[in-house]
Amino acid sequence: MQAVTQATMEFVKQYWAPLVCGVAIVAVLPLIVGYVVLVERKIMADMQARLGPMRVGPHGLLQPIADAVKLLIKEDIIPDEADKLVFWLAPVLSVGAALLAIAGLAIGPAFQIAKGINVGILFVVGVSAMGIFGIVLGGWASNSHYSLIGALRSSAQLVSYETAAGMALVCGLLFAGTLNVTSIVEAQRNQGIWFGLLAPVAFFTYLVASIAETNRAPFDLPEAESELVAGYMTEFSGFRWSLYFLAEYTNMIVVASVATTLFLGGWLRPFPRTHGLVDLIDFLPPLLMVVIGVYCLIRTPKQPARVQQLFMLVVAGLCFALALVLAAPVLATPVLGPFVKPSLAAAVKPFYEGIHGGFWFIFKVSAYIYFFMWLRFTLPRYRFDQLMRLGWHFLIPLSIINVLLIGVAMIVGVYYHLDGWWLLLATIPASIIALIIALFILALEQKSEPRKASAPDSYA
Amino acid sequence: MASNTTTGAGEKQQTLLGADELVLNMGPQHPSTHGVLRVKLKLDGERVIGSECMIGYLHRGVEKIAENRSYQQFAPYVDRMDYVAAVSNGLGYCEAIEKLLMVEAPPRARVIRTILTELQRIASHLLWLGTHALDIGALTPLFYCFREREEILKIFEKYCGARLTTHAFRIGGLQYEAYDTLEKDVERFCQAFEPRIKDYEDLLTQNRIWLGRTKGVGILSAKDAIALGATGPVLRASGVKWDIRKAMPYAAYEQYKFEIPVGTTGDTYDRYMVRMEEMRQSRLICLQAIENIPSGAIMAKVGKVLKPPPGEVYHAIEAPKGELGYYVVSDGTVQPYRVRIRPPSFVNLQSFDYMVRGHLVADVVAIIGTLDIVLGEVDR
Amino acid sequence: MLDQAIFYLFAGIAVVSAILTVTRRNAVHSAIFLITALLATAGIFLQLRAEFLFIVQIILYVGGIMVLFVFVIMLVNLDVAVRQMQFARQKWVALLISLALAAQVGLMLWSSRKVPGHGVPVLNAVPADKLPPNTEAVAQSLFSSYLLPFEIASVLLLVAMIGAVVMAKKRT
Repeated sequence: MQAVTQATMEFVKQYWAPLVCGVAIVAVLPLIVGYVVLVERKIMADMQARLGPMRVGPHGLLQPIADAVKLLIKEDIIPDEADKLVFWLAPVLSVGAALLAIAGLAIGPAFQIAKGINVGILFVVGVSAMGIFGIVLGGWASNSHYSLIGALRSSAQLVSYETAAGMALVCGLLFAGTLNVTSIVEAQRNQGIWFGLLAPVAFFTYLVASIAETNRAPFDLPEAESELVAGYMTEFSGFRWSLYFLAEYTNMIVVASVATTLFLGGWLRPFPRTHGLVDLIDFLPPLLMVVIGVYCLIRTPKQPARVQQLFMLVVAGLCFALALVLAAPVLATPVLGPFVKPSLAAAVKPFYEGIHGGFWFIFKVSAYIYFFMWLRFTLPRYRFDQLMRLGWHFLIPLSIINVLLIGVAMIVGVYYHLDGWWLLLATIPASIIALIIALFILALEQKSEPRKASAPDSYA
Repeated sequence: MASNTTTGAGEKQQTLLGADELVLNMGPQHPSTHGVLRVKLKLDGERVIGSECMIGYLHRGVEKIAENRSYQQFAPYVDRMDYVAAVSNGLGYCEAIEKLLMVEAPPRARVIRTILTELQRIASHLLWLGTHALDIGALTPLFYCFREREEILKIFEKYCGARLTTHAFRIGGLQYEAYDTLEKDVERFCQAFEPRIKDYEDLLTQNRIWLGRTKGVGILSAKDAIALGATGPVLRASGVKWDIRKAMPYAAYEQYKFEIPVGTTGDTYDRYMVRMEEMRQSRLICLQAIENIPSGAIMAKVGKVLKPPPGEVYHAIEAPKGELGYYVVSDGTVQPYRVRIRPPSFVNLQSFDYMVRGHLVADVVAIIGTLDIVLGEVDR
Repeated sequence: MLDQAIFYLFAGIAVVSAILTVTRRNAVHSAIFLITALLATAGIFLQLRAEFLFIVQIILYVGGIMVLFVFVIMLVNLDVAVRQMQFARQKWVALLISLALAAQVGLMLWSSRKVPGHGVPVLNAVPADKLPPNTEAVAQSLFSSYLLPFEIASVLLLVAMIGAVVMAKKRT
């Protein structure tokens, strides 16, 4: 007994930070995801010339809370012959896998829950692949023929695009040389260039594959309402359904974070290694916040209700406060530098590096997710066979050939001592050649495909 | 071979050859059947090998009711058939009765009728475009289309007080004089509409996914279309240049210059292009019409109590969905002896079975959408 | 102390899951318990500082092979199997063999009861901190000393994939 308590104390003393972070993530992430859903609805409304949720709270900001309360108090309906164990387990698996993947991400040089996982990226990818079980078991547990077909289709789609996504990640990893998430970003800092610029085809492949991985439009046939086969989520109501929903949006965040880490430089600003005049980019974050704050101030008198005016003022205040915090690098510039004690500047530096890093990371992830949402509201849906064709006949050959050619480009780079921006000279031609070969393969395949009499699949 | 079991889920059946056939029911309640249409699909794996449409869920006995109403009393009922394009229904009915009475609406009434009917055509096509795109997965055109349709419905509301079931016309002409800013409103709408059509085209026409979902889907050859009695954009997209506005002009159509868009292959994409072009042409007709609305009376000399001489008449107009025909038999009394309505959607729905054979289940939704059916018209 | 606790946790889960896998009637339940057994094994790999094996176990075994198992279970009608009697014919042979295995394992455990590792061939252990990162070590050996087996395995997998595609195409 004594030994057990002692072991537990020692465990908590050593690992209290990840434990607290873990609990915080599980507690806070549903709220964040709720607001991501609200942002999606507002962006959808904006693209569709309307306003979106406006009733609950000022500008609809309490909508996620209302939705959460509604989902929690809904009746939990379990189909008659459904397998109770698996019915309970399926959403839990989905959410568990998604949340576990969040633990492997690094938001800043110091913001990591599970520090120093040597196989960081692989861990995130592998664990989020376990979410497939949540879908398949959910479809099976619903005891409905059509849910099962929808679930199998969805997981077939996920598995197909996982290969392409993995190959694209391999491309980025070729440049990084390590799987550790922090080291990948450090490698991008050392090279002075984001890997997405070095391997644009890989980035594009990962972009498309990640849209299919998260079942988003235009690849959302398995969960669209206007299709005949009802999706795997149909029989889940109330809280269970919200778990699936949570898993889907958390997967979006995970996938965006992986792409940001590997291709978009993680928490680095653009041009991370060059200094001099380029350091002015460090002022972009506070400038952005100031602009948003000023915009909120301008819009305040135009609000119809008192409470909304107050709310806008509060938001403006928050933006200015954030801008102030982000403006710490001013202390290091040649302008104010001589007036500031060097010890103060040295003490503040890691602090603001972390905060700036966090800002850039969140900015990039948000841009990636905004792109997801933009695509959802612009493009129609792919039919399932067209979707599989795109994955197997175009993306997988493209990503494999890309890995080969980028490898060749790297050898060329090593031979001619190219690194950083000079490596572009080798990798851009490789990427272009890979794209041409893949398009050629696609054209060949289409020509040799026997045209079906009544329904030719035209993808080109 | 039709299945006559009515269970909701799919059942496996053994055909003579031992292959497994699945019967899938797209029930009357479905987000994509645009009304209460029930479709039974016979599937072989993913491919549709046969289908059966079951209609009648919206049957209200309109034709029977007509036998017990006077001619003017029946006019509001026709709006409720194709509730998406009520003004056209009213036009067809009023003109049919005017033919029976052998009166003609005065020129001013005819021109205003044309303007409102063409606006209604644009509104109907806009609703079709929004819902069709929504079924295929494009979420955004729906809202843009409804924004434009809102403008048109505002014009209707200012004119006759109603947006949807307008009862805009009367037998013999119009009841309401055109309100004073009608020409200005229509012109403003038409000027704003041209860039908007371009918006829709930008979103869809060259979109690779849209092309993949609509090209080659639901092909109806010209011969088949004529044999099945298809009319309207369905017929024109298959390559047959037949439009009642040009072939047997009614209202004020002979005065205006407009084109008839015709397709080539008769697939879903062609029907989409034909309807987009029709919207443009309707806009041109409206612009031509408002330039020169003749002055004068809006109502011909018809008595309060209508007792047409015994006889029969068939009058067809080009409704947005196709040929809308009214066959009215009068026996000399105040109430018609028989009113038979030839709804375009009902006849076009016949071609559904031909069009859907060999396609995948996911195409069924696109094909239902491209036929542009309104169940109020199909079932009456 | 903490290490031991975690090891016993994972080992316990692995053993219990394995037993449940073979005793459930419902095939999907068996698959789920097999997944938990594999995950627990992955945890033990992680404890042995073989993080590459840990993640590869998850990606390939759980995320690949088990997905395949579950697909097959769901697409094939297994009601017939459930009604059949389990452990039908060779139960005496099976019992004999499992007793023999248990005796071997028991002998090993007995002979090392005083000195851990005594009686069992054990390689020289390396302190965990001095191990090179597992991924790099595996990659080094895989692409230098074991290159030929690696290539042969790749060709084998390629042949299997092509065979599967050919067989599927022949049916349609």
